[in-house]
Amino acid sequence: MSAITTPLPATPKDWKLPYRGDVGMACLIFAESAIFTIFVVAYLFYVGKSLTGPTPRQVLETPIFYTICLLSSSLTIHLAGKLLERGRRGKFLTLWLLTIVLGAVFLYGTGQEWHRLIYQHGLTISTNLFGTTYYSLVGLHAFHVTAGLIMLSIVLVFGLVGRVGPEQCARVDVLSLYWHFVDAVWVVVFTVVYVLGR
Amino acid sequence: MSSDAIAIQTAEATGRPWVETLHEWVTTVDHKRLGILYILYALFFLAVAGLEATIIRIQLMRPHNDFVSPQVFNRMFTMHGTTMIFFVIIPVMFGFANYLVPLMIGARDMAFPRLNAFSFWLTAFGGLLLYFSFVGGNGLSGAGSAPDVGWWAYAPLTSRAFSPGHSSDYWTVALLVSGFGSIGTAINIIATVVSMRCPGMTLGRMPLFAWLNLIMAGMVILAISPLTAAQVMLAVDRYLGGHFFDTQAGGSATLWMHFFWIFGHPEVYVLVVPAFAFLSEIIPVFSRKPIFGYPVMVGATACIGFLSLSVWAHHMFTIGMNSYANGFFAITTFAVGIPTGIKIFNWLGTMWGGRIQFKTPMLFCIGFLFQFLTAGLTGIMLGTAPFNWQLSGSYFVVAHFHYVIVGGIMFALFGAFYYWYPKITGRMFNETLGKLHFWLFLIGFHLTFDLMHIPGLLGMPRRIYTYEPGRGWETLNLLVTIGAFVQGIAILVFVSNLIVSYFKGAKAGNDPWDAWTLEWSVSSPPPAYNFASLPTVASRRPLWDLKHPEDPDSRYE
Amino acid sequence: MSTMDWRATVSRALGILVLLAGVLLGAKLCVASTPADHSVPSIFDAHSTPAESIRHLSHFVLGVTGLIFLVVASLLTYAVVKFRSRRAEAEREPAQVYGSTQIELAWTVIPILIVAVLFAATARVIHAIQDAPKPPTALEVTVIGHQFWWEFRYPGLGIFTANELHIPVSDPAHPTPTFLKLLSSDTDHSFWIPQLAGKTDLIPNHPNETWLDPHDTGLFLGQCAQYCGTQHAKMLLRVYVDSSEDFNTWVRGQQQPANQDDKEAAGRWVFEATACVNCHAVGGTNGTGRFGPDLTHLMTRRTIAAGAAENTPENLRLWIQNPDAIKPGSLMPAMKLSDAELDALVRYLETLQ
Repeated sequence: MSAITTPLPATPKDWKLPYRGDVGMACLIFAESAIFTIFVVAYLFYVGKSLTGPTPRQVLETPIFYTICLLSSSLTIHLAGKLLERGRRGKFLTLWLLTIVLGAVFLYGTGQEWHRLIYQHGLTISTNLFGTTYYSLVGLHAFHVTAGLIMLSIVLVFGLVGRVGPEQCARVDVLSLYWHFVDAVWVVVFTVVYVLGR
Repeated sequence: MSSDAIAIQTAEATGRPWVETLHEWVTTVDHKRLGILYILYALFFLAVAGLEATIIRIQLMRPHNDFVSPQVFNRMFTMHGTTMIFFVIIPVMFGFANYLVPLMIGARDMAFPRLNAFSFWLTAFGGLLLYFSFVGGNGLSGAGSAPDVGWWAYAPLTSRAFSPGHSSDYWTVALLVSGFGSIGTAINIIATVVSMRCPGMTLGRMPLFAWLNLIMAGMVILAISPLTAAQVMLAVDRYLGGHFFDTQAGGSATLWMHFFWIFGHPEVYVLVVPAFAFLSEIIPVFSRKPIFGYPVMVGATACIGFLSLSVWAHHMFTIGMNSYANGFFAITTFAVGIPTGIKIFNWLGTMWGGRIQFKTPMLFCIGFLFQFLTAGLTGIMLGTAPFNWQLSGSYFVVAHFHYVIVGGIMFALFGAFYYWYPKITGRMFNETLGKLHFWLFLIGFHLTFDLMHIPGLLGMPRRIYTYEPGRGWETLNLLVTIGAFVQGIAILVFVSNLIVSYFKGAKAGNDPWDAWTLEWSVSSPPPAYNFASLPTVASRRPLWDLKHPEDPDSRYE
Repeated sequence: MSTMDWRATVSRALGILVLLAGVLLGAKLCVASTPADHSVPSIFDAHSTPAESIRHLSHFVLGVTGLIFLVVASLLTYAVVKFRSRRAEAEREPAQVYGSTQIELAWTVIPILIVAVLFAATARVIHAIQDAPKPPTALEVTVIGHQFWWEFRYPGLGIFTANELHIPVSDPAHPTPTFLKLLSSDTDHSFWIPQLAGKTDLIPNHPNETWLDPHDTGLFLGQCAQYCGTQHAKMLLRVYVDSSEDFNTWVRGQQQPANQDDKEAAGRWVFEATACVNCHAVGGTNGTGRFGPDLTHLMTRRTIAAGAAENTPENLRLWIQNPDAIKPGSLMPAMKLSDAELDALVRYLETLQ
């Protein structure tokens, strides 16, 4: 019995399914959240359990300024997306660049903090449980910021040669979603490390 | 308004250089070809892991045997478990999902074809990296060569102190890499099912195969990620001097156990849910009835997905958790049996009142039903925490999970192979060889895994390269080994059937089973673009509606 | 397309039932044929309260699951036989039934009730075993797991021994249970004597506790039940349950200082001057190492190398000369002694009663 696919009752007029890029990025965010959750659980589990070495209270300085930078970059990337929608390519690129700069400043801040911790306080990843869990968690986040910055820079280069327009809005939005996720993770990491963990 | 799905035979130019064909396959992003690559990859590693199992069984044939040294034996059981889970079952399930999901939902390909290819090659590379350990790892005695820490790689056995050399690193990195591949494919499956369904196919009209693979993919995302995290932590411990699992520095060995089993338990549901998917497609067709209780099947599987995230510590009943924790995990383990049982009842309900045809795919599904029932019940026994204190770490557990994986998942897989073989290759397989495969495998399976429960009840622990005589374990182990050889012969029959039928089998046509889902509306094998024009559907069984215009499903749904 | 296949399916279902019955029968048979020295460590051959509680619970669970299996397997068999396709009706499709809410409800509620019952029974036994109070008459033993041997310390009695545990029998009227504290010096291990109790793991940095109150004397066998490395398979356990007189005799013997036999001074010199003392302790010598078993009363043990070999002079000699011949991958190094040194050393060790 050979079968022929024939549309039966009327084709639905507006068959609109979610954009696959958004779905894919949402799934990636779920997966990454699960990974971060495990690192957060390990961090919280080991709070106060180090046998030796510097404690959080002794060495941590709350990075308020750099946090503000990173969280503002969520705002700038959001505005950049809106501008691209309206076709304001130049303004889009400016805000996009600002996002990258803010992210880079954040990374600089992390690097500076690590430099201080290692050379001034002798805290490394192998010093004690605090060192291991701190560098792993903050490092994992910084790694994701770096990956994000690389992708943002690629889009910046494409934008500078004129290849990014309102047609790429949906794709740019997908990348923004990732960037917002990275910022949201920082809120959690910040709370766990600099507020709860001390 | 009507359009035909015309099968246009791709013109294979004769005398085309094999390099070109190879290049085509290596660079393909077509979901069907990637599906076949996954499946062939899995079949290869099935043979390899089967060989490892055979070595284990020969060594255990009698007490104080010296077929292999303890060092080699420990590598065998580690590699057998790791290979079967990560490089046989996961790839073969992804292979079937890749091949069938777009066809069943009326799409031309997966949502992200290039990610699809990338994920496959990541997984493939992971497998090769793991096996490279046999030749590449070198160092102090016991340190070189393949990993020998068990497939759970418990800390602190995996620390540098107790696993010098690189063997544990091969385990860590290979699985890390293939884990990224698995997450990629899972993202792809979800995005495909959510965003690429053909017009009219609401989520409530999707074949159960698509639904269950969607749920499986969701579980992969939530389950593999904890393993990835734990492996990164292990790498930090081994290479950067970290102390995540370093008990000398105040670290916790049980933390690894929690992280691993938070992955490990949902993982086994990741393995079995696609088997449920196969059953939910095959049983209705060979019972000539729609699946009984479609919404309940979806709901029960989703329940299983959620509940499976809450049972992990039933693998840890003996580590010394307090009585409340043990009680909690006992009840969640019992609870997850409820939706699982409901699914068995629904398959029973599908067969009830039907006209059952005992073709080879259906034989394997019926075998699954009896065997999965048994395995689920031994699982309930294992969920009874105090009973678990005796049974855990013994051959009873090994028998239980092989009952699920071989008696359940492998049987369903064989059913799937036979069911979709005509669609993928365009040929019918040899039914006699298929039945021979079924019977041989059934006998071998029961000989091995029914009897294997008993040494566990008599105190035989697992992961031992030899055992003492006089404890009542000898005869049973010998019979278990014989059963393994019978299964091996059955697999040879299976593989030869696959190969012989490819060249000599009768032409299959579009729809040899008189089935009802969209993949049977296109030619066998399907054209590269799947559908000449994308179909529109109005019910769960679009082909039933076409074949029975006087009594379409769309009237009742 | 063979309609004979339904018979095949029935016979298969019956076959599975027969095999399962055989499994249970086999288990019972193995228990029934247990010789007097308990050499088959069946979990159903319980000789101590925890093992007995577990056995009773297991009977209940086996009964419930057995009943479920019978009901569902019978229904499956019936369906496969009754609803097989017959040639005459091969062309017509059967009634296309989509589902039934009442049936779904029924086969959801009944399992929930079964789960509730199972959980109640389980929780009771968990609590009874895990939260059992420690009576003042309890004997306390500390078990330290090593790769690949068991260290036993009796803190209240000042005893250090290895691999073979001696505990007193416990009269249910006046219980004298043994409470074991479980520690590990390296990787994970698990203490499992099936006839006396369920297993409990020994995890570094994670002390655990378990208890036994054996009602019968005799030798009970077990072994490490958590993969701990190369020689996990030969980390065997021997638990001697002694009558109270025998136990007291044993304790007194263990509490004696080491035998100082001047006849074997040469062998003792080999022990003290070689690297042996880094790992092994013998009372009254300069050997205080705790990495390997305490050898003060080595000759009171029936086996060496954690049960891997009988404690004979030949095996002792072989073990020191070439441990890999007995237990390849164990952490005992080959001591590279000359034959004369070896002979003297073994003669000395033979005096450590």
